[in-house]
Amino acid sequence: MADRPGSDQVTTLDTPIRLDYHFSAGAAATPYLRGLAEGKFVGQRCPVCRKVYIPPRGSCPTDGVATEGAEVLADKGTVTTYCVVNVPFAGQSIEIPYICAQVLLDGADISFMSLIQEIPADQVRMGLRVEAVWVPPEERGPTLASVEYFRPNGEPDADYDSYKAYL
Amino acid sequence: MPAAPAPRQGRRPVAVVSFAQAPNVRRDTAHNEVELLLPVIGEVLGNLGITKDDIGFICSGSTDYLIGGPFSFVAALDAVGVWPPKSESHVEMDAAWALYEAWVRLQEGDVDTALVYGFGKSSMGDLGKILALQLDPYVMAPLWPDPVSLAALQARALLDHGLATERDFAEVAARSRRSALDNPKAQVAYDRSADDLLGEDYVVAPLRRHALPPLTDGAAAVMLAAGDRAFELCERPAWITGIDHRVETHALGARDLTSSPSTAKAAEVAGVSAGPVEVVELHAPFAPQELVLCRALGLPVDPTGAGSTSVNPSGGPLAANALMAGGLIRIGEAAARIIDGRVSRVVAHATSGPVLQQNLVAVLEGA
Ligand SMILES: [Zn+2]
Repeated sequence: MADRPGSDQVTTLDTPIRLDYHFSAGAAATPYLRGLAEGKFVGQRCPVCRKVYIPPRGSCPTDGVATEGAEVLADKGTVTTYCVVNVPFAGQSIEIPYICAQVLLDGADISFMSLIQEIPADQVRMGLRVEAVWVPPEERGPTLASVEYFRPNGEPDADYDSYKAYL
Repeated sequence: MPAAPAPRQGRRPVAVVSFAQAPNVRRDTAHNEVELLLPVIGEVLGNLGITKDDIGFICSGSTDYLIGGPFSFVAALDAVGVWPPKSESHVEMDAAWALYEAWVRLQEGDVDTALVYGFGKSSMGDLGKILALQLDPYVMAPLWPDPVSLAALQARALLDHGLATERDFAEVAARSRRSALDNPKAQVAYDRSADDLLGEDYVVAPLRRHALPPLTDGAAAVMLAAGDRAFELCERPAWITGIDHRVETHALGARDLTSSPSTAKAAEVAGVSAGPVEVVELHAPFAPQELVLCRALGLPVDPTGAGSTSVNPSGGPLAANALMAGGLIRIGEAAARIIDGRVSRVVAHATSGPVLQQNLVAVLEGA
């Protein structure tokens, strides 16, 4: 507790709070997380609209039905949109400027956020083709940290029409 | 088409037409919240032969403190599939209050159906610490009082005032777990005598193990329908003829824990005493709280269940205590007994906050 100078009133108090949780990934996300430990992207498909979700959360948010199967996707895809991070913040582990992009894996119907490296920040663009750089096999685990980052894979840029529905 | 009984509150009669709940279990590590809800929502719609496209409004009750992640109610909507977009809301409370909001929404008259659901997995965190955080953050919460200790203070106050005996607590527990033998979704069910239960050790005196609710992972859903739409969907809707909720101060030291004036006021407004109460489903997680609630509702206090009102025929929260769904389950269990034609007038109660701080009372009747 800290008192305001010149006052005998308590004006602030600290009440430290810490809660620990046992996270349940669920039936759909478990094969996804196990796949990451093996260097694979594993999604699930909606039986109604046929869309493939990664990471799968158990349900198609459009149809409200359980997603199914284990869709192993390529570990390459397309940058649908991105931003260049120029602002330092507490706990930042990557040197600025760096690129935070939405990557649409080939065969997936939803993009996810990822780090893009091995390209100058001013050269990243929508449609850029990228591939996953995995950490060494012995360092992989059931976490997206098994992917170190994505980098350009040298393929020609994707046609805008091929990803405009995912923006 | 029969006529709906005139409601005491609101201008538009609203009924529970369907109810579903997940099996209540100690620990469901196989499913996330969306996966827990999917079959429940499928069942509550399937009972009526309708789809998500027939839902006019959605309201849910849950808390991010249980899951340890932000905006879990938004993620949970994936279990419904809200496309095209639907009008939706959420309460950071037991889903009984989501039902109240949906009931208010249906009074507006432009939509006729509402889906209400709640979900809570107690297994993921330390419930004793999580529930301490609902106390006032300056004086109470920093002491981290757990809910069992607070309920024990309430129980001690009842004993000290001569309003209950430890045998009463055991009788409530024995009767509840015996009733739960008939509930396939119950988590704790047994046939043991009060004498047997009184041989247990104290967890926090004067509460023995039997007086405590189980830790539960669970979910539940209710469909509400208004006016003629209720009769179209359901042969015998459970009409909400009275509903009200009241809250007491969060300063525990300022409350008389042996009584529940908020329940009494809600019961008066909802019209509990206007007719016979055939069934009452009480959201009394700790056995002594049933005695407090019966008094507040003007019902005979009868731990053994010999009276004319059937108290918690589902087994109540002593048989399964899914947080954020337990109050809605009381309404659903009570309504189900009207829908299936067993009884004509029931009362459901839901609670939220520490030791019965906030209470909702609903009267449901068959036409
Ligand atoms: Zn779909």
